[in-house]
Amino acid sequence: MVSKKVAACMQGYRLPAVLTPLFIVGEVALDIGIPLVMASIINVGLAQQDVPYICKLGALMLLMALCSLALGVLAGRSSSVAGVGFAKNLRAALFDKIQQFSFRSLDKFSTASLITRLTTDVTNTQMALMMGLRMLFRAPLMLLCGAAMAFYINSNLAMILLVALPLLSVVIFGIFIMAFPRFRQLMSKYDSLNTRTQENLTAIRVVKAFVRGDYETDLFNNSVDEMQQAAFRAESLMATTMPIMQLGMYTCMLAVAWFGGNTIIAGEMLVGDLMSFISYISQILMSVMMIAMISVNLILSKASINRIGEVLDEEIDLTEPQNTKETGKADIVFEDVCFAYDNSQNGQEKRADVLSNVNLSIKVGETVGIIGGTGSGKSTLVQLIPRLYDVTSGRVLVGGVDVREQNLADLRNKVAMVLQKNLLFSGTVADNLRWGNANATQAEIEAACRAAAAHDFISTLPQGYDTVLGQGGVNLSGGQRQRLCIARALLKRPDIIILDDSTSAVDTATDKAIRKTLREDLHGITTIIVAQRITSVMDADKIAVLDDGRLIDCGKHDELLESCAIYREIYYSQQKGGEADA
Amino acid sequence: MPKHGMGRMPARPQNVRQTLKRLLAYLAPQKMLLLIVLPMIMLSSAAAVAGSLFLKPLFNDYVVPFIGQQNPDLSGFISLIAVMAVIYLVGVAATYIYNRLMVVISSKTLAVIRKDMFAHMEKLPLSYFDKHPHGELMSRYTSDTDALHDALGMGLPTLLSCSMTVIGVFGAMLVLSPLLTLLIVVMLGVMFLSVKLIGRKSGFYFKKQQQAIGRVNGYLEEMIEGQKVVRVFGREQQAARDFTTINDDLCAAATNANTFANIMMPVMMNLSYVNYALTAVLGAILGVGGLLDLGSLASFLQLTRQFGQPISQISQQFNGVLLALAGAERIFAVLDEMPENDEGEVKLVRAEKTADGWQEAANGKYWLWKRQAADGVIYTEVKGDVRLENVSFGYLPEKTVLHNVSFYAKPGQKIALVGSTGSGKTTITNLINRFYEVENGQIIYDGIDIKQISKTDLRRSMAFVLQDSHLFSGTVRENIRYGRLNATDAEVEAAAKLANADGFIRHLPQGYDTVISGNGGNLSQGQRQLLTIARAMLADTPVIVLDEATSSVDTRTEQLIEKAMDRLMDNRTVFVIAHRLSTVRNANAILVLENGRVVERGDHADLLRQKGRYYQLYNGLFELE
Repeated sequence: MVSKKVAACMQGYRLPAVLTPLFIVGEVALDIGIPLVMASIINVGLAQQDVPYICKLGALMLLMALCSLALGVLAGRSSSVAGVGFAKNLRAALFDKIQQFSFRSLDKFSTASLITRLTTDVTNTQMALMMGLRMLFRAPLMLLCGAAMAFYINSNLAMILLVALPLLSVVIFGIFIMAFPRFRQLMSKYDSLNTRTQENLTAIRVVKAFVRGDYETDLFNNSVDEMQQAAFRAESLMATTMPIMQLGMYTCMLAVAWFGGNTIIAGEMLVGDLMSFISYISQILMSVMMIAMISVNLILSKASINRIGEVLDEEIDLTEPQNTKETGKADIVFEDVCFAYDNSQNGQEKRADVLSNVNLSIKVGETVGIIGGTGSGKSTLVQLIPRLYDVTSGRVLVGGVDVREQNLADLRNKVAMVLQKNLLFSGTVADNLRWGNANATQAEIEAACRAAAAHDFISTLPQGYDTVLGQGGVNLSGGQRQRLCIARALLKRPDIIILDDSTSAVDTATDKAIRKTLREDLHGITTIIVAQRITSVMDADKIAVLDDGRLIDCGKHDELLESCAIYREIYYSQQKGGEADA
Repeated sequence: MPKHGMGRMPARPQNVRQTLKRLLAYLAPQKMLLLIVLPMIMLSSAAAVAGSLFLKPLFNDYVVPFIGQQNPDLSGFISLIAVMAVIYLVGVAATYIYNRLMVVISSKTLAVIRKDMFAHMEKLPLSYFDKHPHGELMSRYTSDTDALHDALGMGLPTLLSCSMTVIGVFGAMLVLSPLLTLLIVVMLGVMFLSVKLIGRKSGFYFKKQQQAIGRVNGYLEEMIEGQKVVRVFGREQQAARDFTTINDDLCAAATNANTFANIMMPVMMNLSYVNYALTAVLGAILGVGGLLDLGSLASFLQLTRQFGQPISQISQQFNGVLLALAGAERIFAVLDEMPENDEGEVKLVRAEKTADGWQEAANGKYWLWKRQAADGVIYTEVKGDVRLENVSFGYLPEKTVLHNVSFYAKPGQKIALVGSTGSGKTTITNLINRFYEVENGQIIYDGIDIKQISKTDLRRSMAFVLQDSHLFSGTVRENIRYGRLNATDAEVEAAAKLANADGFIRHLPQGYDTVISGNGGNLSQGQRQLLTIARAMLADTPVIVLDEATSSVDTRTEQLIEKAMDRLMDNRTVFVIAHRLSTVRNANAILVLENGRVVERGDHADLLRQKGRYYQLYNGLFELE
């Protein structure tokens, strides 16, 4: 079953999709008719030396050919309008759908797989539709008309078809079906060959440093040999189709010649009719071949359609409530929060709780640090605030109202989050900053950049705020990127700002300066800082210490040094690391 | 089946003759097979032509005379049918043989081309990879070879058989009526002109489509990658709007491109009908004028019908062949790149110490430099004494990255390179193992200029742990063994233990035999780092270069990595690019680099006392990255 949502993407292109087969029907009718005219030219015109008749039929044929040409061009146009339009709609539908995806869905489909679905799979589907529209009607129609003509000329002789057609179809389809697994094997060999080549390119320094060029070449050669074997197995099978088709065709022709010859001798058929009969036979057999080929291609594209359907049918798990509630000030309360990522996808891990029974309340304007090892659940905890994920149990309240009962856009507007893996996009620095606020004035942008300690370095860039960044901001250093991301978040003028380990590459002095501005100039913003470095959080109003998904302690730096063994351990290990005194 | 319908424009090859010549050289080993293929194609086409040409006379001579007879003598008819059967069987056999042989020829030839290209690529200098995006190189192995494969396996035989049919039919026409053939020539001209016209139009729009696809894919990649950021900033609608614009552009270009591709067939088909009609009318007029007998006209018309199919097939295959030639040209361009030259004569050998000097042994305990001198072989023990003397270097001629850098590392010393991004730290390590060649000054390794040492042997004597911990698809064991291919399982595991990796490896589902994917998706950053340390540990080289990882790993893993690094550095000359200043503290010398110059040097205590750049870095007053 093709997903209904995939089918819905025909919207707006149904007319050309319906027209194409109609054009094709006309074209086929002419294709069938033209040989009849040709036969008449020879059988009647030439036989009776009737020049005006020949001229008349010649003109008729010219006309038919021009009509057929027009129809063919129209079919070519309408099929490409339909196919390409369908692909456009598919792409738009996929993209729209992905825009609605929750983080959970985004985690489920990897980035690479989403991109493949949007590109390769859509292209495959487009080609399948375009070919289907043109060929799926043409081939059976040619077959039917051909068969009808054959039966019309001589139904006894046409019985040969009843033997030949099923036999040939079974053999051709059989070969294609047998070739399927072989081609799949070939593709997987090809994939692994390409994977290794790709790895060689990305890790060329490793290959060279360990002098493994010859070793890699040996590996590659072995893979190529394996692939060649697989290709050979698959293609050899396919190489039999052409001679088999010929065999079928030639056998039919000889049978027709023999039986037809006898019929002619018996005076029941004309030589000219037999010649037409033969040309219809070859037309029928070609159609069989065509049908088999189209079917295989459609089956192949089915996988792509299914993969697209998977995305379109993905349930949006973050639903907005019917009646959203107004919220008060931006205080945050975690009430008995538990959370587990849905790992059912890879089936390996069980649903392990990432957060268990976390209770924490953050007052308006407070600065709160969150500390803990990797995997302790720090990032997860803060991602629950703008409802990037939904809790498994318990509640997260922002402004006194459960986040699940709030308008999602409003909530996310209120919360600015600087993600751990934060990205910049191609475009100018200012373009990137305007993500935070599309209407920000230059003055506002500069103010945000000053607060994030980014203004100075931006000013030294060749075109300042109009400097074009490469994809992902490749032309900036890690610390510069992070500061831009903070400025971008600040431009939202949020009530709550969350920095998820977003100053790890910023030097300690700048880090300190940013925190100072947040605290003093942007007074009233609730600030949450997730960090690896204790220096980043030691002056916070309170610090929450997470370990293995549990909140084990919460308090000021000095208190925690007294009371919390884990905090102390982290602190001293970093002290030794020589980064303590900022 | 390698798929590539739309998407690529028929980029024209630049130098067809040269490219064809080189392709023929690749086909040369299959000469014998090709020599069989050619007559087979001829036989196959001949059988097809014979089939349609001889049926009619067959009936006229052996069937028609017997019409209405009670006991017709069918012996002539039967024997001719038998002859036809034999001709057909030969044709079918010939078709099978050439199809089958072309599979052999194309897959073998492509395998050789692939192998040559890869082997050559492995020998290219790093600068080549800097200059060429990986995606571009990958397409040499994918779309370009695919196009070549299709052209060899499908396009070439089709072109050959179709051309043969066309030539045969044309010859027959010329014999029948030179005058009508003139008309055919004119029509052929029209056909080729239409092919060219449609081809040019479709090429133009395919190019536009290609650019639109590039924009769409680029946008998609960026936005899907940054989808979480989109979510956080609530930019969903804006993104959807932006996407609509470029998606519509693509739609417009692709519709035109596909239209022109789609109409090629019907245009050719119907032009051949037009041809038929014109020929019939003109022929009839000629017949009346007594310039042509009508029997010949009938045959001529029959031949005209056989013309259309092969011509439209040729026009279809032609684009594929051009595409393949352009691909082949790009492949040959890779093969023409100059490989890394390795003129070094000093070799690295392993040896045992015996009473009467060094004895070379495959797994010997000692590493030696082996030099051919006038009076025999000279062995020098590899100690790991590395000196840079006034080294200057730039990746581009106009931009010097390192200025007059000099320092030394005595055997077993640990040298730390510290500085911000772009200060030249990595460049120094790139020069030490000759990824790039020193321009001015020299690097002396155990008293030998490294230019005299064979490049591969030089690199064999030092292990690298790079910042990006690249792993390969394969098992954990294979990845560690990358350091020394002949290491036993026990040695691999011992190295893993030393690298503190054994613990987590044993917790993996299949332990050392767990398959990891290339980007190591199923391992954490820290674990991947530990594996690369184990790899270097196993290589057990006298010199180590560490480009320390910056990624934030948790404190526990960080300690494991630190201990593993300490063990790795034990008793070896080490160059460490330090991102964590904690690892620098016990270095014998710390070099602080700035803009390609050494601005400070000394040990930790010295440098702190100087209160210079190092002091500032150490106290986090500057960004390291």
